[in-house]
Amino acid sequence: MNPADFEFISSLIMSRSGLVLTPDKAYLLESRLMPVARKHGLKGLEDLISTLRLRRDESLIVEVTEAMTTNESFFFRDTKPFNLLRDEVLPPIMEKRAANKRLRIWCAAASSGQEPYSIAIVLKELGTKLAGWNIEIVGTDISNDILRKAQKAQYSQFEVQRGMPIQLLLKYFDKVDENWIVKPEIKNMVQYKYWNLLEDPKPLGNFDIVFCRNVLIYFDAETKGKVLATVANMMPEDGKMFLGGAETVLGVSDKFKPVAGQRGVYARP
Amino acid sequence: MKTCLIVDDSKVIRMVARKILQELEFETSEAADGQLALDACNESMPDAVLLDWNMPVMDGITFLRELRKTAGGDKPIVIFCTTENDLDHIQEAMTVGANEYIMKPFDSDIIQAKFQQVGLI
Repeated sequence: MNPADFEFISSLIMSRSGLVLTPDKAYLLESRLMPVARKHGLKGLEDLISTLRLRRDESLIVEVTEAMTTNESFFFRDTKPFNLLRDEVLPPIMEKRAANKRLRIWCAAASSGQEPYSIAIVLKELGTKLAGWNIEIVGTDISNDILRKAQKAQYSQFEVQRGMPIQLLLKYFDKVDENWIVKPEIKNMVQYKYWNLLEDPKPLGNFDIVFCRNVLIYFDAETKGKVLATVANMMPEDGKMFLGGAETVLGVSDKFKPVAGQRGVYARP
Repeated sequence: MKTCLIVDDSKVIRMVARKILQELEFETSEAADGQLALDACNESMPDAVLLDWNMPVMDGITFLRELRKTAGGDKPIVIFCTTENDLDHIQEAMTVGANEYIMKPFDSDIIQAKFQQVGLI
């Protein structure tokens, strides 16, 4: 791909999603956008880019952005954050909310649903401790396609094995032919909304706990700071945020500080 | 370094599993059926067993029953790795004392995720 084409497509994707595409990630364009090109009867990436240059076809731009921002996902990705949620993060928050028994959790990049369903299962496993609680898990993503998949809650054998322990698989999924479908008791705990993290998230309301894992890595420093400031605005003083293993707030934002001894967990300063 | 015994009658599967597990820094050994695996365990108990179901001489579920009866045989973490993917087989394996269950085909992500969950890595 010539540099002008790369510059054009990467800045288009950047302006739409905040995703920073460095030249070493150019191969991603090929693997992600070829299916989009083919679907539209275009021969290759060059034709796709020419088409986009020629006219600003909004639906095509959305498709391109979605294809580039869709990420592979695991159930209980990295394991530890979900143990921290259960053992360290939830107990003090639940104690403070014991009067109104209301808890809101946001998955800022819900992708195909693995993270929100993992959180729902962690909560379900708490059993009677959560009797009478009103718990909302909201999953948002920038891709409509992927949210449809999340809503369907149906996973291949391959997908469920990426992280779902066998005991929980037996307990919370129904096997239908070769697929595994999340049982309604878990599925109904999660609601999905289309949302772009670069937009003002006020309409989503406030959240006690925010999962914003493996999203910031795709953004440049300025965008990271902006997103973290917005997230901070949506949280009460005692709220907690989870970031991915390769992410940090240090040098990026002063709205959060790492929680000592709880890797990946951040609190308001 | 933790040890893992790979039990599968397919040489190819053993090789693939060996490569993945060695990357995860396991010391691996191999057995082509349940009886050979039992012999290996009697000599030295591994930390983990990656276990196929259908094998000649002695199948995986019989091996697991025997292993759990053996002195020290409650220690190894046993992860089934089989094409059997129906609920009955999975339930039976867990009842007999398996710690995890992988439905073939697998890849390194699945092995890693499963080994992480049972605390081996």
